[in-house]
Amino acid sequence: MTLTESELQQGFEATIAHHDRIEPRDWMPEGYRKTLVRQVAQHAHSEIIGMQPEGAWITRAPSLRRKAILLAKVQDEAGHGLYLYSACETLGVSRTELTEMLIEGRQKYSSIFNYPTLSYADVGTIGWLVDGAAICNQVPLCRTSFGPYGRAMIRICKEESFHQRQGYELLMTMMRGTDEQRAMVQESVDRFWWPALMMFGPPDDESPNSAQSMAWGIKRNTNDELRQRFVDMSMPQAEALGVTFPDPDLRWNEERGHYDFGTPDWDEFMQVVKGDGPCNRQRIAHRKRAHEDGAWVREAASAYARATEERERDRAKVERAPAPSLRGADGRVETR
Amino acid sequence: MSHSAPDPNDAHGSVFDGLLGSDDSQWAFGTDFEDPLAGVDTTMPEGVAPAALATYCVMLADDALVLSHRVSEWCSNAPDLEEDIALANIALDLLGQARLLLARAAAADPSVVPALPEGSPVPPEDALAFFREAGGFRNVRLSEVDNGDFAHVVCRILLFSTVRLALLERLRESRDRVLAAVAAKGVKELAYHRDYAGRWFLTLAQGTDESRRRLVAALDDLWPLYPELLATHAVEDEVAAAGVGVRPVDVSAEVEVVLEQVLAMSGVERPERRALAGVRGRTGRDGLHTEALGRMLAEMQVTARAHPMGQW
Repeated sequence: MTLTESELQQGFEATIAHHDRIEPRDWMPEGYRKTLVRQVAQHAHSEIIGMQPEGAWITRAPSLRRKAILLAKVQDEAGHGLYLYSACETLGVSRTELTEMLIEGRQKYSSIFNYPTLSYADVGTIGWLVDGAAICNQVPLCRTSFGPYGRAMIRICKEESFHQRQGYELLMTMMRGTDEQRAMVQESVDRFWWPALMMFGPPDDESPNSAQSMAWGIKRNTNDELRQRFVDMSMPQAEALGVTFPDPDLRWNEERGHYDFGTPDWDEFMQVVKGDGPCNRQRIAHRKRAHEDGAWVREAASAYARATEERERDRAKVERAPAPSLRGADGRVETR
Repeated sequence: MSHSAPDPNDAHGSVFDGLLGSDDSQWAFGTDFEDPLAGVDTTMPEGVAPAALATYCVMLADDALVLSHRVSEWCSNAPDLEEDIALANIALDLLGQARLLLARAAAADPSVVPALPEGSPVPPEDALAFFREAGGFRNVRLSEVDNGDFAHVVCRILLFSTVRLALLERLRESRDRVLAAVAAKGVKELAYHRDYAGRWFLTLAQGTDESRRRLVAALDDLWPLYPELLATHAVEDEVAAAGVGVRPVDVSAEVEVVLEQVLAMSGVERPERRALAGVRGRTGRDGLHTEALGRMLAEMQVTARAHPMGQW
């Protein structure tokens, strides 16, 4: 028997209402699927594009230990991209299609990666503030309604929290170093603070997709809630580190039990989102070049796999053919 | 099909627990590597000149450090994510070997470590990596030449790892227990590198016309640097005679067997290219390099050299 669309819809809504997971083979509304593809792909792309700003410092890392830490971290980002593209593939879109949508500008990635990395302190600041903001966004996603995405996020969040600690530890170490190193840390924090706050997206009253995503259980907290949580968490960390944030309005509000803070430059945010950030073109051009330069390798691997499979199949046919038990009722040998 | 998740606010809090604390056990891989030399006898072996042992360690270290740099340049540039991850693994393994070997060189003969300003916190491994001039590097030139396409890195890793694996297999018996331990760890890593490169060599050879053409071109390009991997320097003779090191010439037959097998399976002809000349007999092992190394070091050393008193 087949269920009607409205029964399917009811089942879907009941699953969401119980905070249960939707799995790839479950029925889901087309809008839900599309929203997820957009969000998971954007997340996967962010991991892959995010390899560039930090990866740029691997060859200039100031110590061999820091080089190893950074290389391992950027490698983890490739791994995160891999899980997320896999989660997205369960929704029926291939990694190749997603990559092409990225390089054609039809899908986005986190705008933070359109800012340049200008000193080694940026490696630490990205770990502390950017990965920190990403964790604020991502921890609630561990219980997002779509199973493969939620499970990928659990693993990713664990690794991201390591990265955040490593970033913070780098900054701590630099703060114990020379005056120049301390100035380098402060300058880096000054540059990344506002872009990090913008990572939570536009204010709630200007966030077009939030309400539906919240209703579907894809998103669990509003942009402004998460931003506030991030500011509240970051302040004691900044004090322990001995740096300040470039916001004259930043102060504890006893009444609210939260820090008050200023307004990010939303005009700059829109410029970056629309493609005119300091590094948008560079990041996409880099990804496009790597993808296109690698095309002949991927083709070779496919051609080799096809040829190997054919050889295996031919060999299997020969080996299997004489067995009478494999003959079907019509006397033909069953081959697959 | 479902499982209930914990309260997000709690989960959220837990992610940040310890960020301000001092529980080092929570730090990730890399900040404090497990000591691969735990329990190893670090006393210097008798019967070998400390300077020779140090130079030998520097040779083995520089081969790995410089190639690690080239392989790490592939990061975010590989043909697919799986290859990006695999190449990063290879770069990390080589970097790890280099660190242990540089530290051993410094322990054997502190005079190999470049002098830094009084009170500099830069550890010996970093002083050696970042404060030496190109002429002080002892790596083979195969490690340093600029990257080419993916076929180029496959061929380079194949040649390099085949030779280094054969060397480290014997070096496990070194009378220097530290070198023996580094070799024992490295053998597992190099076996993977050689396997990775060998599988890609076969795939590219039998993939498409283009992949085969590129593979043959890359192998041809790198082949003149291959004999240098098997040449034996006077320092290698000296440490081998003391039972501490291995002479590359002594592994050349087994290296040839492996390479011939890869070439035969892949249906690729052995290139007919003569060895790259040195300058008055000096090559990479003597500190005589290609122009590529100086440019590489300018990049590799720039941050460290700007902060000789820095802490990282």
